[in-house]
Amino acid sequence: MSGFKMNRRGLLKSGAVMGAGLAMPTVFAGRLAADGHAFTNAPTGGTVTLGFNVPQSGPYADEGADELRAYQLAVEHLNGEGDGGMMSTFSSKALNGTGIMGKKVEFVTGDTQTKSDAARASAKSMIEKDGAVMITGGSSSGVAVAVQALCQEAGVIFMAGLTHSNDTTGKDRKANGFRHFFNSYMSGAALAPVLKNAYGTDRNAYHLTADYNWGYTTEQAVKESTEAMGWNTVNTVLTPLAATDFSAYITPVLQSDADVLVLNHYGGNMVNSLTNAVQFGLRDRIVNGKNFEIIVPLYSRLMAKGAGANVKGIFGSTNWHWSLQDEGSQAFVKSFGTKYGFPPSQAAHTCYVQAMLYADAVERAGSFNPCAVVEALEGFEFDGMGNGPTLYRAEDHQCFKDVLVVRGKENPTSEFDLLEIVEVTPVDQVTYAPDHPQFAGGSLGTCNPGA
Amino acid sequence: MLKLDSKDTRLFLIVIAMTLLAPFILNPFPEGSNLAQFNAGYPDLMQRFVIFGIFAIGFNLLFGLTGYLSFGHAAFLGVGSYASIWMMKLLTVNVIPAMFASVIVSGLFALVVGYVCLRRSGIYFSILTLAFAQMSFALAYSVLTPLTGGETGLQLKAADPRILDFGAAEGSIGRASFFGIDMRASMELPVGSWLFTLNFGYYLAAFVMLIAFYVSIRIFRSPFGMMLRAVKSNQNRLNYTGVSTKPYTLAVFVISGMYAGLAGGLLVAMDTQVGPERMFWTASGEVVLMTILGGAGTLIGPVLGAGFIKYMENIVSKINSKTLEAWFGFLPDGLEDALITIVYPFVGKGWHLTLGIMFMLVVIFLPGGLVEGGKRIGGWLTGKGRKSKTDGGQEATASTPAE
Repeated sequence: MSGFKMNRRGLLKSGAVMGAGLAMPTVFAGRLAADGHAFTNAPTGGTVTLGFNVPQSGPYADEGADELRAYQLAVEHLNGEGDGGMMSTFSSKALNGTGIMGKKVEFVTGDTQTKSDAARASAKSMIEKDGAVMITGGSSSGVAVAVQALCQEAGVIFMAGLTHSNDTTGKDRKANGFRHFFNSYMSGAALAPVLKNAYGTDRNAYHLTADYNWGYTTEQAVKESTEAMGWNTVNTVLTPLAATDFSAYITPVLQSDADVLVLNHYGGNMVNSLTNAVQFGLRDRIVNGKNFEIIVPLYSRLMAKGAGANVKGIFGSTNWHWSLQDEGSQAFVKSFGTKYGFPPSQAAHTCYVQAMLYADAVERAGSFNPCAVVEALEGFEFDGMGNGPTLYRAEDHQCFKDVLVVRGKENPTSEFDLLEIVEVTPVDQVTYAPDHPQFAGGSLGTCNPGA
Repeated sequence: MLKLDSKDTRLFLIVIAMTLLAPFILNPFPEGSNLAQFNAGYPDLMQRFVIFGIFAIGFNLLFGLTGYLSFGHAAFLGVGSYASIWMMKLLTVNVIPAMFASVIVSGLFALVVGYVCLRRSGIYFSILTLAFAQMSFALAYSVLTPLTGGETGLQLKAADPRILDFGAAEGSIGRASFFGIDMRASMELPVGSWLFTLNFGYYLAAFVMLIAFYVSIRIFRSPFGMMLRAVKSNQNRLNYTGVSTKPYTLAVFVISGMYAGLAGGLLVAMDTQVGPERMFWTASGEVVLMTILGGAGTLIGPVLGAGFIKYMENIVSKINSKTLEAWFGFLPDGLEDALITIVYPFVGKGWHLTLGIMFMLVVIFLPGGLVEGGKRIGGWLTGKGRKSKTDGGQEATASTPAE
């Protein structure tokens, strides 16, 4: 009965709701046409906001913290504070320490939690609420791919942080997204010649691979490169990402006739699997008259630290290492070390460089418009950023530069001095065609400046 | 007309008003002020508020009414999301078929899971649902990579067939829309130094949430709901009197799964991407937290809890040392540093810590959740003599058992 009492009110209410609902489409249509901005979040006033979206919690929190340090350093340098870091060694001289195009650089931070949902939520809040004109950071390929797609939709630039899977600039490449970090294919291509020299061409490899996207592309890359030089792949086994004890996966290795173990693992996975493998005495084994060897395709200093003495003598590849002696690297290490008291990781390096490259591209383009920035970055050749001459290839927005092959140091002098550079593989050896099978199936599309 | 009694009607009207005015209510601070950090009135977060509201309302139907604590509800959210993105990829970017698909598929999945898990109750039920959810997560993460995109997840691509979108330009990436209206379309409304954003996607999600909320009120007040409460208070007695409880619990489990699927579908409608983390056990735990924090077994509680947690996750996590410096900048240096040192561990990456503390405080001092808090404040305001039985509005819900 009381329902009848509400009748009039309910009717009015639902009438209003329906009216509003019907009016809404026209309202929105009007807005899109009347909008004065040429692109999303065009900076107004004397500042420009960048969004630093890094993992602050979760398995890659250490790397995220280092990325954030690098970004803060980059912002200081862009605003003309500190010693300028790599700005002085950078081959492009468009930046002059007065912010970006005269606008002071400000930033907002967010936590990706290394989850694509959380990363997108955080990136969206930067774009929708804080007016960020560029999003950068991240320490996982899943997150990079997710945020890159979001930035493409929203019409802002995405400068990827640490992401190593081929897919980021392969099948999931996007016009608004750029990657400075190297990828699985490059790791494989750089490692193969070094392995050939060290271990010969007649080897039986056994792969343990983290059971997710990055694991697959890395396994494929290493497998194809090593098989091309004559190695035989005995077996490939997928291990769950959440695994912490790999002994069940190591035992079958002992029973096979493999004489090389490739650990396609990253972060905590790699620390645990390598420790297990060493504890099982794999490194003291002799199979087919050869010493048993272990390879870790993607190394990071933070991982080497976790695995401790187990990394000694183990080969892997890395994007950058603080012990590099070129001018750019030294300038960066010096300014990072002065501010924070320890050398930067490769994640910090790639993030710092990405921020600088973005700022430089805006200066050269003379506009924050994402399409102008894309144009300025495509095919851009630069030097002095720690990796030698580098090309941002226009076809897939991947940086092409030398790749470092490193080895766990036998006699580390400090807790940061864990890896030694064995070889700097020249860029020609790691270059591939944009439609290489490992990268096929993607298209950049067209740049999206947003509303 | 809506077949609600006056208390429920009032509650429903309050919820309608709050959702419609959310862009204004959630943006109380002017643009550019130091406190603008706390504004939550931007489209993405508002959408999350209502979508996770739906998720929590659905969870509360199961947990609040029958007391069955499902620890794997995120699986239904994830299944709904995958169903919906596949609809968008294969059929059309219109969100309506996608939402229907997500509800149906997750309902079917819930039927299977429920049929197995409801053979046990109590902790065993929780563990079984958790196992199912983790299994789904593992499948989505690796084994089913061709179907789910693995770790990277699924997004709309230019190469999607979208067979019902005849007018779509070749090679264009689809955007979720409602009969041609882009989900991201929004209208910015500057009022003085305030800026309000009215977003179409939000209002669509809010509309769905209101329907979901209404249905939940009706279930609470129905004989079916009464039977579910009977299951909660004493299932053995029901069995002894010859009532088979299985059909009831299975029915509400499926309904609850469909709510979760609907939330998953809406998540995709608002942001066309799915990742498997959505099904991880922490996501299942989150909805339990939302419900308990807001007040299990109450109508409005889960929605409040969902809003509270999402607010913490999205707002508090973004406060960094620079923001703190801006806030405390007016203080003398020593004091400023001291305050920043004290506050810093609780913001930014420390948001989990703050959330944990808030959760503990609520559970210890307000066992009925935020709703009980509201009730107590209401009680203080209107004089202590007033008892919950005569309370109206929001507090009315508290007359249902709070556990």
